[in-house]
Amino acid sequence: MTTTTASQVIHEPRFMDGDEFHIATFALLQQDGTLFEGAQAPELDRETARRIYHTMVLIRVLDERMLAAQRQGRLSFYMQCTGEEAAVIGSAAALDDDDMIMAQYREQGALAYRGFGIDEFMNQLFGNAEDYGKGRQMPIHYGSAKLHYMTISSPLATQIPQAAGYAYGQKLDGQGRCTITYFGEGAASEGDFHAALNMAAVHRAPVIFFCRNNGYAISTPSVEQFAADGVAPRAFGYKMHVIRVDGNDVLAVYAATREARRIAVEHNQPVLIEAMTYRLAAHSSSDDPSGYRSKKEEALWREKDPVNRMRLWMLAQEWWSDDEEKTLQEQLRREVLETMKRAEKRPPPPLASLVEDVYAEVPARLQEQLDALEAHVRRHPEAYPKSAPGLDQGGA
Amino acid sequence: MPTMNLLQAINNALDIAMESDPRVLCFGEDVGGFGGVFRATSHLQEKYGRERCFNTPLVEQGIIGFANGLAAQGHKPVAEIQFADYIFPAFDQIVNESAKFRYRSGSLFEVGGLTIRAPYGGGISGGLYHSQSPEAYFAHTPGLKIVVPRNPHQAKGLLLAAIRDPDPVLFFEPKRLYRASTGEVPEADYQLPLGEAEVIKEGSDVTLLAWGAQVEVTEKAAELAEKEGISCEVIDLRSILPWDVETVAQSVLKTGRLVISHEAPLTGGFAGEIAATIAERCFLYLESPIQRVTGLDTPFPLTLEKEYLPNHLKIVEAIKASIDF
Repeated sequence: MTTTTASQVIHEPRFMDGDEFHIATFALLQQDGTLFEGAQAPELDRETARRIYHTMVLIRVLDERMLAAQRQGRLSFYMQCTGEEAAVIGSAAALDDDDMIMAQYREQGALAYRGFGIDEFMNQLFGNAEDYGKGRQMPIHYGSAKLHYMTISSPLATQIPQAAGYAYGQKLDGQGRCTITYFGEGAASEGDFHAALNMAAVHRAPVIFFCRNNGYAISTPSVEQFAADGVAPRAFGYKMHVIRVDGNDVLAVYAATREARRIAVEHNQPVLIEAMTYRLAAHSSSDDPSGYRSKKEEALWREKDPVNRMRLWMLAQEWWSDDEEKTLQEQLRREVLETMKRAEKRPPPPLASLVEDVYAEVPARLQEQLDALEAHVRRHPEAYPKSAPGLDQGGA
Repeated sequence: MPTMNLLQAINNALDIAMESDPRVLCFGEDVGGFGGVFRATSHLQEKYGRERCFNTPLVEQGIIGFANGLAAQGHKPVAEIQFADYIFPAFDQIVNESAKFRYRSGSLFEVGGLTIRAPYGGGISGGLYHSQSPEAYFAHTPGLKIVVPRNPHQAKGLLLAAIRDPDPVLFFEPKRLYRASTGEVPEADYQLPLGEAEVIKEGSDVTLLAWGAQVEVTEKAAELAEKEGISCEVIDLRSILPWDVETVAQSVLKTGRLVISHEAPLTGGFAGEIAATIAERCFLYLESPIQRVTGLDTPFPLTLEKEYLPNHLKIVEAIKASIDF
């Protein structure tokens, strides 16, 4: 029988609170776009850098436009990624495109980086008939099988142990793939976080736990979320590799995630990354942060804008120009607007889709319920403007 | 045909499932080298290795979360929860995740490979937390299938079907019968259909419906009633979700009377759902109110377990009340 505890024996009571561990923050890029003295940029080619930056700009434009659409009542709900683009997109870029991503909800940038089209975003946001999820989930609950991006669900942290299991399956398959799971520092307080890290460490799953520590879980500041020095020190309790990184520094995030992926895939060991960042926008379209934090604090972080930081670095590399910036901004604004208008007009999913996918096949009792509902809608078409027209055309 | 007890039949089913499909894994607390606290997974680790049969840390939500991920990835996890009483920490993973995985993604992703095994039920002096029958909590959750076998033959065939079913299945094993119930079980690989009840004894005066360990109790009640000249039709529901409305309704249309029995408490128990549905379907054919013989609306007690449980005598009284109405 082996034990994991080989402990020195002492003869006086000595209590420890972990204060002797201080986890430094890994940072490479300064806000003016230059590297810290002695820092070295990761190997990042021009094409990948441009793909990352392009995705950042797209997400900014999309978030801005869709929040406005929500304010206009065209959309029921929205959540922005503003301020966290470097953390999300920089880490996604460090993976292979067929590694699995299991996200929380503020990681649309990772999906966009993989190539999810504006049209695909819009179909989900409007829950129309083209939405892969058949209009069943709230906006921003994206998913894509072809891009290896697991469909988002609202219950916080549930995806974290799932990611451990998914990664364990990848290990058994032996294809050299891994899973990254994103979650906020608030979600890390859920029991599923503990369950996941412990399971992954014991069973050596190639999974990267990526925590976006953005300072707030809705209105709750992180000082009311945990007493310790952030989320990172918890890794020690699971004997897990851990790194804290400046989440607004795309180069540091990219370098850290690349190395985390190497550890996960080559050694079948999980890694925890804590990206320190700030949720610049409201929690969601249903939230107003002015009730719980100061404009001054927000302004301080706006100066640390991760997108601007990368732009300045790209300009210095001569991988980007002000002209290209202007063209891209205009082009994306136009494209987002036009795509939104098209998506809004698409029909809703058909009534029969209500009962599909509950099970692999529709059970008899559920089919009876659908039949009754269809008959009812036919009797009251005026009360069901979304589904009644489809029924008329569909016949039956 | 070899004789097996319920545990051996389950172990045999797991062995066949792992042998026939390399994607099948068995894990849970003490499931690995030890073979489970009831020995349901005996020798599986020896045979299939530590990667496919292993102990997990003691964390039910982790076991099911991990299993959900594995199933989504394409494997077929058979996760064990040591006692059904301890499934509640995983309630969120089961109800919000497993059950809704396919629906919420429009079938982009699913966890159909998932099977959750858990010993359930009383009669073993298990007190509050080694006796519960939680099937009704899950029966309120679209997307899940729930199966309860009554004997070794059923257990093997239904478990193999559950593991291979394209939807997540909760498989509740009557632990009172683990060693008490023995019978002939084919050595071969076979499956019994999910979602179908089984008429195990035909009769004409009253329909008796139960599942799991309660079927044996109900059969005993039927024998006693028959001695008094009451012809009982006995049905094993087998699948709680989706349940076989047709077979039960056909029987009640014939007998005009229905007695349902389960160990779980009365209020919100699955007999309520059955009674309401059969009342709708068979209203004009019913000759007496549908009777429910169940546990009391209390936590499951230790010392007065015998009084608490819906035994054969209580069922016989319900049968007579139904006949004499």
